[in-house]
Amino acid sequence: MAKKLLLEKAHIEGIRHFDVYRKEGGYAAVETALKMDPAAIVEEVKKSGLRGRGGAGFATGLKWSFLAKPEGVPRYLVCNADESEPGTFKDRYLMEFLPHLLIEGLIISSFALGSNRTYIYIRGEYAWIVGILEQAIAEAKLHGFLGKNILGSGFDCEIYVQRGAGAYICGEETALIESLEGKRGNPRIKPPFPAIKGLWDCPTVVNNVETLAAVVPIINMGGEEYAKIGVGRSTGTKLLSACGNINKPGVYEIDMTISVEEFIYSDEYCGGIPNGKKLKACIPGGSSVPILPANLLLKTAKGETRYMNYESLSDGGFATGSMMGSGGFIVLDEDQCIVKHTYTLARFYRHESCGQCSPCREGTGWMEKILQKIDTGKGTIADIDLLWDIQRKIEGNTICPLGDAAAWPVAAAIRHFRDEFEWHVNNPTKCLTQNYGLAKYADALGLSA
Amino acid sequence: MVKFSDDKLKEVQSMIDRYPEGKQKSALIPLLHLAQEEFGGWLKPDTMDYVASLLTIDPIEAYEVATFYSMFNLKPVGKHVFEVCHTGPCMLNGSDNILDYIKSTLGIEVGQTTSDGMFTLKTVECLGACGYAPMMQMGMNYREHLTKERVDAIIDECRNEK
Amino acid sequence: MSEEVKTVKVTIDNITIDVPQGTSILNAARMIGGDVTPPAMCYYSKLKGSGGKCRTCLVEVSKGSEADPRPMPKLVASCRTGVMDGMEVKNITSPRVTDARNGVVEFLLLNHPLDCPVCDQAGECHLQDLGYMHGKEATRYEFKRRTFDKHELGPYIQLHMTRCILCYRCVYVADQLTDSRVHGVLSRGDHSEIATYIEKSLDNNFIGNVIDVCPVGALTDKTFRFKNRVWFTKPQNAHRDCSCCSGKVTIWQRGEEVLRVTARKDQWGEVEEWICNECRFEKKSASDWVIEGPTHVSRHSVISQGHYENMKKPKEIFSAVHDGRSPKLLMDIHSVSEVNDPSVDLSKINGSASSDTFKLSRKKQ
Ligand SMILES: Cc1cc2nc3c(=O)[nH]c(=O)nc-3n(C[C@H](O)[C@H](O)[C@H](O)COP(=O)(O)O)c2cc1C
Ligand code: SF4
Ligand code: SF4
Ligand code: FES
Ligand code: FES
Repeated sequence: MAKKLLLEKAHIEGIRHFDVYRKEGGYAAVETALKMDPAAIVEEVKKSGLRGRGGAGFATGLKWSFLAKPEGVPRYLVCNADESEPGTFKDRYLMEFLPHLLIEGLIISSFALGSNRTYIYIRGEYAWIVGILEQAIAEAKLHGFLGKNILGSGFDCEIYVQRGAGAYICGEETALIESLEGKRGNPRIKPPFPAIKGLWDCPTVVNNVETLAAVVPIINMGGEEYAKIGVGRSTGTKLLSACGNINKPGVYEIDMTISVEEFIYSDEYCGGIPNGKKLKACIPGGSSVPILPANLLLKTAKGETRYMNYESLSDGGFATGSMMGSGGFIVLDEDQCIVKHTYTLARFYRHESCGQCSPCREGTGWMEKILQKIDTGKGTIADIDLLWDIQRKIEGNTICPLGDAAAWPVAAAIRHFRDEFEWHVNNPTKCLTQNYGLAKYADALGLSA
Repeated sequence: MVKFSDDKLKEVQSMIDRYPEGKQKSALIPLLHLAQEEFGGWLKPDTMDYVASLLTIDPIEAYEVATFYSMFNLKPVGKHVFEVCHTGPCMLNGSDNILDYIKSTLGIEVGQTTSDGMFTLKTVECLGACGYAPMMQMGMNYREHLTKERVDAIIDECRNEK
Repeated sequence: MSEEVKTVKVTIDNITIDVPQGTSILNAARMIGGDVTPPAMCYYSKLKGSGGKCRTCLVEVSKGSEADPRPMPKLVASCRTGVMDGMEVKNITSPRVTDARNGVVEFLLLNHPLDCPVCDQAGECHLQDLGYMHGKEATRYEFKRRTFDKHELGPYIQLHMTRCILCYRCVYVADQLTDSRVHGVLSRGDHSEIATYIEKSLDNNFIGNVIDVCPVGALTDKTFRFKNRVWFTKPQNAHRDCSCCSGKVTIWQRGEEVLRVTARKDQWGEVEEWICNECRFEKKSASDWVIEGPTHVSRHSVISQGHYENMKKPKEIFSAVHDGRSPKLLMDIHSVSEVNDPSVDLSKINGSASSDTFKLSRKKQ
């Protein structure tokens, strides 16, 4: 059984409440941290090798060390709980079951960064979680872990929950900041980066829920011990949310040494594919990352076993690999249609584009329309090439990474499943009632029969 | 003219107090949520003007924000709004069938409201419940693992609520 | 410590120039002038916060700086990227840039109605210029173009939302020049639109400047009499004593009549000084103005194909920096929009030109 650092206590009765959480050893990390020098906490986080769990995987300690500290200007920590990437629902689980773990992580991180007002920006649809978090905050405050002069350290901190109102783009950190300022969620043009000019033009750090929760075990066990878990630059544990065609969808905590095959087929995790169906494809890290056909998912192009960690999942680059992303693991079985699935994702990105820059605003809608056309048997071979050309012209040319996120799924689907796209074009009636089935190359491994 | 009750106005003030002095515009989204709940489930221009006046911002700033975020209704909606997710992961688990079933049961298309004003049907993009698909949002809550039977039960539940 | 601004060296398309530290790549390129200057559809030097949105000004940074010579992995928006000492930039010498820019132009024109024959901006439209310089031969978009509900903005300003490219310039004008903003960007993504939400007129003093900053024909002057094609009107620099603005304008005349009044524009098509609503909308007789003489219309505008004298042409350096190749004309917007056909000598036509004028000429060919 893999080591759990975050979800270990998730199922303890009443763990949502301060008393139970405290009895189980909660808030000990705050007691330790507030006796430390803030810089020493940043150092511990650096040593831990923790990488941002929001999608980009940027080293958290390093990011913290970039925070500008001009005299007399407040600094802010903002927790990114916008979680809107299709396939991703891990932060929700953590906040629903272990709200105090997040609050504890936030207090420590706020202290380390010098944030006296810390905001949790949560997606508007998670309305009921706002209450859970606010209760945890009130309890922590009641017990002196928040408010003025916490534990006599002289450090003041308040945490506020801010609800969004339905916009994926507000997960992008500068759009989130705009939204928190009461504006439209238009990403800012960088530089300046939030570490210099963020919320209300003050230096700001934005981190994902899971990243901030992971600070608790790092303080409890020390950065070096934390770094021993996992492999290479994938240290610690990672939450994955698994969905699609699997027997046991849900949120799992893994240490990053297990193989993709084990994750899909072992009963401890996804439990295999229902109804004896075969694995066709998988998007391993949330809808934005490239989809992989079964053969490239389980083994790298070099024929090595693929593991559930940052390096292994991206082995082969975009040509034959994918990314860890946000940990949203989406499994497609042999009955699923890649064209249709890609179409729903294209529709998602069109719907979520903020509309500020022309390649994303215009290109996402164009891709959606062409994919719908192909999906409904009206496409041509030229449409497939056009689709490729459009995604190529969006990628890298936009203000924020949503443009890339919209382009990559389309690119990967065509790259790996062009046969299936062409089959749709060549079988305009059949494709309405029947699916292409397993890709030829997905069969070869003879797995999971 | 719309106006919050004194109790709600206190809540408004506590929302504004979450931000540093002069940054009251940050309370715009929380206030629009509150206003939508209080004043009939949607945001009339009057309502938005009122919210803008509470924050001393130009009305256009409220319109810009209200029209950007998908949770704000700019037209009247039914008493119960079914917001069915149809993004990739939910689609893999049969959200299309659930959507069709709701359409035929209520006799409305996506975007419409039943003639008795009880139900509005909408489609939404991923709500972060992909592992519990198919699903929909109803008010403040999620309804997950939807089947035809569960949909029937939910509709009955709404109809029986007074 | 000296107060002097340090200068840095930057090389754009093999031409090196010294510029003050903090200059953007775009402005450095403008100092060089001519073809190495990237087109800019959203940036406006006089509007704070503008730029970065349209992506037409993307360039390749092949060397970051003397200190850190690594190239930048992505193309960058030259209007919002500062130069560094020793930076090397490729604009027209980069095939990547040309390719990306073609893409951007195609995206900008995707939902554009191409209604140039009936558009007041025709002849002064930056999108028209851009399509002419960088676009494709024909659109590959086969779907229905986006439409919007019609929206009135009051007695002065006409909005044609389908033509808007969402550069946000008009929003910045309202924010930065007027007391309160009544219009803005509503909705999201490809539904975004410039509007007031509930019908309100735009009549704040100085709001008329949105017409001059709008790079396309989305915001036009409702008081522009007779809706004449601009290349039949004669621009003259003129001024008057005005209590709220400099009163320095360009008046567009036919005979004694003042058909419209605009701010004066520099060679990049930018307003030199903002003018007030009274000067712009109310003073429509030649006697209101002291006429200084003909305006020099910049080459930036297709009007300059017409008949304006004293035109100073910046030196054309395209082939010099482009291995001797001449520019490739990728999109012939004339063939799409049926207006401004270069084979028609506009100054020889009497009266208004219409798309028929051009159709006739095409048949003759
Ligand atoms: C379109 C878009 C959506 C994003 N959504 C989220 C999100 O929902 N949650 C999140 O934590 N990060 C999201 N990110 C990443 C954030 O911009 C940011 O990198 C992250 O919050 C940093 O936290 P981390 O370093 O702890 O991962 C998104 C990025 C983009 C471009
Ligand atoms: S890439 Fe898309 S989401 Fe990002 S700024 Fe541009 S339009 Fe907005
Ligand atoms: S109306 Fe004109 S100035 Fe305003 S955003 Fe559109 S194109 Fe730009
Ligand atoms: S796809 Fe429906 S909740 Fe994520
Ligand atoms: S001018 Fe630079 S992005 Fe528009």
